[in-house]
Amino acid sequence: MQTYDKMNMEIYSISGPIVKIEGETTLFINEMVYVGEEHLIGEVSAVSTDETIIQVFENTTGLKAGDPITRTKNPLSVTLGPGLLSGIYDGICRPFDKIEKATGSYIGRGVNIPSVDGNRAWDITLKVKVGDRVDEGDIYATVQESSIIEHRFIVPDGIHGKIKWVCENGSRVAKETICEIESDEGSIFKLSMLSKWPIRKPRRVKKRLPPKVPLLTGQRVIDTLFPIVKGGAAAIPGGFGAGKTMLQHQLAKWSDADLIVYIGCGERGNEMTQVLEEFSELIDPRTGKSMLERTILIANTSNMPVAAREASIYSGVTLAEYYRDMGYHVAVMADSTSRWAEALREISGRLEEMPAEEGFPAYLPSRLSAFYERAGLYETLGGRTGSVTIIGAVSPQGNDFSEPVTQNTKRFIRCFWALDKSLAYSRHYPAVNWNISYSEYAGELQEWFNEKFGTEYSKYREEMIRLLAEESSLMDIVKLIGADLLADEQKAVLDIARLIRAGFLQQNATSPIDSYVPLEKQFNMMKYCSMLYEKTKELLKLQIPQSVIRDSGVYELMIKAKYEIPNDDLGGFTVLWSDITHRLGEVEERYR
Amino acid sequence: MNIEYVGLKSINGPLVAVEGVKGVAYEETVELVFHETEKRAGRVIAIEGDTAIIQMFDTTEGISLQNTRTRFTGRPMELAVSPNILGRVFDGAGRPKDGLGAIRSSKKLDINGSPINPVSREYPHDYIHTGISAIDGLTTLIKGQKLPIFSGSGMLHNELAVQIVKQANVRGAGYGIVFAAMGVKNDVAQYFIRSFEESGVLERVVMFLNVANDPIIERVLTPRCALTAAEYLAFELGMDILVIMTDMTSYAEALRELSSAKGEVPGRKGYPGYLYSKLASIYERAGKIKGIKGSVTQIPILTMPNDDITHPVPDLTGYITEGQIVLDRELSQRGVYPPVSILMSLSRLMKDGIGENYTRGDHFACSNQLYSSYSRVSDARSLASVIGEEDLSPVDKQYLKFGRAFEERFLNQGFNVNRSIDQTLNLGWELLRMLPISELDRLGEKEINSFIKTASEE
Repeated sequence: MQTYDKMNMEIYSISGPIVKIEGETTLFINEMVYVGEEHLIGEVSAVSTDETIIQVFENTTGLKAGDPITRTKNPLSVTLGPGLLSGIYDGICRPFDKIEKATGSYIGRGVNIPSVDGNRAWDITLKVKVGDRVDEGDIYATVQESSIIEHRFIVPDGIHGKIKWVCENGSRVAKETICEIESDEGSIFKLSMLSKWPIRKPRRVKKRLPPKVPLLTGQRVIDTLFPIVKGGAAAIPGGFGAGKTMLQHQLAKWSDADLIVYIGCGERGNEMTQVLEEFSELIDPRTGKSMLERTILIANTSNMPVAAREASIYSGVTLAEYYRDMGYHVAVMADSTSRWAEALREISGRLEEMPAEEGFPAYLPSRLSAFYERAGLYETLGGRTGSVTIIGAVSPQGNDFSEPVTQNTKRFIRCFWALDKSLAYSRHYPAVNWNISYSEYAGELQEWFNEKFGTEYSKYREEMIRLLAEESSLMDIVKLIGADLLADEQKAVLDIARLIRAGFLQQNATSPIDSYVPLEKQFNMMKYCSMLYEKTKELLKLQIPQSVIRDSGVYELMIKAKYEIPNDDLGGFTVLWSDITHRLGEVEERYR
Repeated sequence: MNIEYVGLKSINGPLVAVEGVKGVAYEETVELVFHETEKRAGRVIAIEGDTAIIQMFDTTEGISLQNTRTRFTGRPMELAVSPNILGRVFDGAGRPKDGLGAIRSSKKLDINGSPINPVSREYPHDYIHTGISAIDGLTTLIKGQKLPIFSGSGMLHNELAVQIVKQANVRGAGYGIVFAAMGVKNDVAQYFIRSFEESGVLERVVMFLNVANDPIIERVLTPRCALTAAEYLAFELGMDILVIMTDMTSYAEALRELSSAKGEVPGRKGYPGYLYSKLASIYERAGKIKGIKGSVTQIPILTMPNDDITHPVPDLTGYITEGQIVLDRELSQRGVYPPVSILMSLSRLMKDGIGENYTRGDHFACSNQLYSSYSRVSDARSLASVIGEEDLSPVDKQYLKFGRAFEERFLNQGFNVNRSIDQTLNLGWELLRMLPISELDRLGEKEINSFIKTASEE
């Protein structure tokens, strides 16, 4: 299939993942090459008349000066086609299960297996017939890839013409030609179920659309306080132990995207195993199928070669864009972008480039912006609507948010979910700090929420934000003089804010009821918190002390609502409310 | 290959360059012979055309450009392994140190290992009982986990590690301990050896010792040799291996020293930019593999310079390991042993290794509420330091009482006490009963009824 240039090329120097060829070559930038006798996979990263620099995606131990380098004349690409779903791949999209068959429990070298099995048979349905006119982006066939995802094959970029031949519906192997197109210029294109795409090149779209629909996550602090749109970009910065990975897992499980691409970039091996194990057992509440059926995993754990870590982010986004072009909403979780930035730094150091801030290369901001800008809601070439949402974790060194990766990321995202160590220390998860997090999408989404729940929605939300802000300024006073000297109105604010924190913002990922909460229940929780606040204020007007209201236990009742009221039966709120009003009625009676 | 190259091109600190070489492999080991008899080892760290840059594991003292012959072995750094390594003592580079002769084995393993395929990993679930309440109850150790101890000089981290070794219930025919000392004082290494002896496990321990005055360059090899031995024992012989590595800070400092000798661009606090990758390639060599009986559990110990948890070594470690046990200077000074600062400590694998089938059904609720309540204690304490204990609200006073009891009874248990999980959890509930029910907001109706209300009525 591939034509190799017979030109003899040899390794001249080796240093870590970087090998160099001396003298001028005809290799092009981003060309994939095979390095050494074992055919390690490498990519050309710089060329000059003096030398060519190649980064190698596998461990370079044992390479020798003079070892051969073979060119492929193709850019580093990923094979796209049915069968990607539910799989787990390395940084350059080689399937781990096949690697295991080839080299056992430890990852070996020089395993060249494409991401998709070309010999696997699929039951194909053709969507065009001979003589039909097709343009780039049109669907010519489909396959039911998993019970929930229909894989749509689209006419590649730049092809316009007539269908010359199609195969019949039925079982075909992936690499077989299923359709021939005669282009307007008269050339014939043979299409199979497989295609290739260079991992670093964004796929073309017709136009960008303004995002206006939320990506619902079932996480109250996100959906209500800091919502994200389908096609948005968000960052989750947090020191170790703050719960980044936990939150990423929650988002991957419960987001209402059609598809999830989870990139484990420079993180723990056990975490990837956990995702595999847990997702195959978990049932998606929307489809009733296993979570794994809509998930693709990319894993470059922290002990795998650093060059592949740099590539893993691009591999992931390329897969996401491929499904987006079929008309799906895809969410990409990148955990953690800091490890990716560190990979850039390490390679940059090996190349002896001039370092900028903290040793990171000067092009760090432009690489970050190029990555996050691949998020968006689009009209695809074929006129369908699809989106890629990117949620990147950031691991700031020493929990210092002023470090370069956090700061530069902040410029290119519009949703900032800052995780707070002190919240995590008191086991308040998700540890999203409501004082420094923000979502620029909140304004754009107001219309959508108000349409669903009426303008009350914004009212409750704003009240909640106001109470939390008031609490944090009151706490400054409490820290100096204690809570006892506050006025009763202020004590009420503290009690309600505590109710919001413990009963609403804090969410228990291990509880079957609380792990995912539909928007309707979130709305009701907000509503009844607000009603309870109103009721409290009424009683205070009757000169009833706040401590008495608190001792009636109504706040605890409300806090427990998250565990006691099932997600699919919100009638419990009326029962709860009558219990609360009954208790408060007794209090009122006593003071009459 | 027995070609020897006479003479060197340059010597610069621990780095020497040899010119005119052919067929040298990246990262192969090298033997330098000088004065005809003396041998020193090194490793190829870069190749440029016909020049090989070699990093020496020994000092370059006495070496000149002319008096040396260089022999390339054609092999990466390897460790000879066999079941006989149990009970043996090696130096930091894996050479026998106990005078019992070399390990005769045809099985030699690359000390760098290879990453475990995530598909082949088995997610760790099995709880290791350590008999220490702070660990069993709140930062549970799981078989196959990497759980470091973050300490500071002068605190009793070595005692804690020894107590874990003594009390851990991984006993049985198939267990073993791999101990790696990096840059610790001779006394500390002796303390560990003595403790292993006293608890009668010495013949099940493999030791790799690179003490404070041993060559610093071997220090970067020590954890890799130790983990190679551990992986062999666990995944080829099916044993449950507990690896104790102390002190990871010394390891990182050795790495920094080498990096600066190579003239690399320094990162934070002078540590090289690849410190994260290097630490990861050590810590990630823990875990379990599907279909294989053994496991590697790591307890690395590191001292935080100036007790600073944001220092690069603890910081990067925390990002890789599955939690951390942090020791606290103040508790330690008050005589609490083990002085675990539980709010900063965490076991990431805990949630999947506790509960009904592992420890007890109420474990999660109990630990969650203890964490939450104890975090309120520090709020109450900082308030008390401003307005005085007298003026605190009754609830805050109860928190202060709870906090003291928690530290003195739950955390503080002494070096020789081995508590069962029942003892630990019952003690936890007993302490929680000191607080008003309205403050226990992490508990459901069920736990309140069965552990708070019923018990207090009895």
